[in-house]
Amino acid sequence: MDLAFTPEQEAFRKEARAWLETNVPAEPLETFDLPDGFEQHREWEKKLHAGGWAMVPWPVEYGGRGADLLSWLVFEEEYYRSGAPGRVNQNGIFLLGPTIMEYGTPEQKARFLPKMASSEEVWAQGWSEPNAGSDMANIQATAIRDGDHFVVNGQKTWASRGAYAHWLFGLFRTDPESKRHHGLSFVLLPLQGEGITVRPIQKINGKAAFAEVFFDDARVPVENLLGPEGQGWSVAMATAGFERGLMLRSPARFQHTAARLVALYRETVERGDPVSPSMRERVARCWMDAEAYCLNTYQTVSRLLAGGKIGAEASLNKIFWSELDVRMHELALELLGPRGEMPGAWLDGYVFALSGPIYAGTNQIQKNIIAERILGLPRK
Amino acid sequence: MDFGFSEDQLLLQSTVRDFLQAECTAEWVRSGWETETGRDPVFWKKLAELGIPGLLVPERHGGLGMDDVDLVLLMEEVGRVGLAEPLVPTVQGVGILRGLEDAAPAAEWLPRVAEGDAILTVGVMGNGFVPDAHVADLLLIHDDGALLSVPRDAIRADPVASGDGSQRLFEVSFSRADAGVLAQGERARALVAEALDRGALCCAAQALGVADQLIRMAAEYASQREQFGVAIGTFQAVKHMLAEVKVALEYARSHVYRAAYSVAHAAPARAADASMAKLAACEAASTAAKVSLQVHGAIGYTYEQDVHVWMKRAWSLERACGDSVFHRARLCDAVIDGKSPAESFGYSPPAGLG
Repeated sequence: MDLAFTPEQEAFRKEARAWLETNVPAEPLETFDLPDGFEQHREWEKKLHAGGWAMVPWPVEYGGRGADLLSWLVFEEEYYRSGAPGRVNQNGIFLLGPTIMEYGTPEQKARFLPKMASSEEVWAQGWSEPNAGSDMANIQATAIRDGDHFVVNGQKTWASRGAYAHWLFGLFRTDPESKRHHGLSFVLLPLQGEGITVRPIQKINGKAAFAEVFFDDARVPVENLLGPEGQGWSVAMATAGFERGLMLRSPARFQHTAARLVALYRETVERGDPVSPSMRERVARCWMDAEAYCLNTYQTVSRLLAGGKIGAEASLNKIFWSELDVRMHELALELLGPRGEMPGAWLDGYVFALSGPIYAGTNQIQKNIIAERILGLPRK
Repeated sequence: MDFGFSEDQLLLQSTVRDFLQAECTAEWVRSGWETETGRDPVFWKKLAELGIPGLLVPERHGGLGMDDVDLVLLMEEVGRVGLAEPLVPTVQGVGILRGLEDAAPAAEWLPRVAEGDAILTVGVMGNGFVPDAHVADLLLIHDDGALLSVPRDAIRADPVASGDGSQRLFEVSFSRADAGVLAQGERARALVAEALDRGALCCAAQALGVADQLIRMAAEYASQREQFGVAIGTFQAVKHMLAEVKVALEYARSHVYRAAYSVAHAAPARAADASMAKLAACEAASTAAKVSLQVHGAIGYTYEQDVHVWMKRAWSLERACGDSVFHRARLCDAVIDGKSPAESFGYSPPAGLG
């Protein structure tokens, strides 16, 4: 165990900090759940990419920086510290990207990763269907082989970034006779074209954060199959592992929120606004929990660098960060008192935090996974 | 940067685990509740043969010369079996003796600790109870600004009852004339502060083992106990309770391992790190106790069943080496008021938030 950063890591941190200080937009961008904001965020991604910071741990040939996951964590720490914009292509760069890295053919890597890194192509997720939410193995959308194409039919829903994204990845039933998690395949599809209809869905703040997507004999070339045909479930589980376990929510995000919360508490006290005695301890506890999440992530990354894999313990993570995020925002709104209902960063953040326990597999599903796969409780 | 343990560290942990699982059964722990001292000199010798009391003792004094990062893995195993031998006060005492400017007390006592021939304990006059004063060969007491060494026969130790039959607590008194002065003023304060953080760390690491054991017992019971024709572990109400406390345990673990590093390296934020470890781990253990009891139902509430053996350890660990009120206050002072260092790992807040 050596918890000191190396001189190289410190130098990397300095370099990232300097670049971000020069380049992060002074004014916050419009939300990427609106068309203008979406384009503003793509512009920002283009700049990040040109600076070589879009995807720190990816190989240079795919638009990355060729650094390891520890450097990525350092970059993320600097990224959140700098107040830089949210990553509009997070579905691509953090979830699909690592999956393509693991399961993709050389051609797929060359075709998809560079444009993903630059956000020329922004990705939406296509897991859920009207009858396959928590019960994801109940997927009914089909992709039936017809020569060198799949013919896709069915409906996906709650596709994050689906309103404006260019591509979608998801699970489709390639064996129409199959049941549950058998016979599914992981397919990459463009969101424009014949037989594809995207209908944006507004989230509770009225902005189009996701979409439902209808497929009506849409044709997709077989090259867009990721991983073996019929093995989509295990490919998807790898993606879910990245999502829940590591990349989607890097710890600095929560450490930064915790630092803002501590600052808000101090300001509230200095202003003489009322605080209840328990708030002080709750603020410190949030800060402590954000640290726990960070420490746990460094443990995970150390394990991965030593050749380990992300397994069911990713579910522990997802519960911890999503609940922490809600807790921090609730406390901030309490501290704001009457101003807590006014639009602003904390209320926006709270609305977003509330989706955390739902997306990426509800926390109830995660608890089932922990109980069955980690603690060994019987499924039935 | 590497937040993992070495193969050697994990091997030592597994050796100690195997030994304790075989030797320190719940039945044996309970038998200690009924004896006068609650302590077993023969068992202590075996612990010394494994190197545990002398783990932090420098090699030149016959110890293993290891550090707190090695130690926490073993303390976790000590907690897992509910062992209450005076390991925590002894390693606290080792830390103090090791840190003295005067080398003589260390040369006199540390080889004996490493051999298993001496037990140490530490205390602060007027602040809580002193554990294991009845079996300690040397007491290290912070009193009125001075760090004192008091031999066993100069101490009057009045027992204080504990709800945990394994716990042996005392109020001690002695004559200053019988005490030697080891350090004074700032030096004494620093040594006692380090001992407190090391003690908190060791209790936290034990609490990890306690929590893990309680969760494991509940999971095993829920897998075989049937109601409504199925194992109760198939019910989500049961699964989710256990999953939630497993989350608490694993995030507490991260704090404990980091605090181990901070204590071993005298990091600036050592106190805050130790407090976070203690708070998180003891909360996980207390919650695991309640959840385990609930999953076991009425049978878990009996004296015959073993849930309460670990539940009581969870209670006493939470109160040892600074209770939760102390550690929460100390954390607040650091994080909110900046009275002592609290450092984010990796991330540092920008100007205006710092």
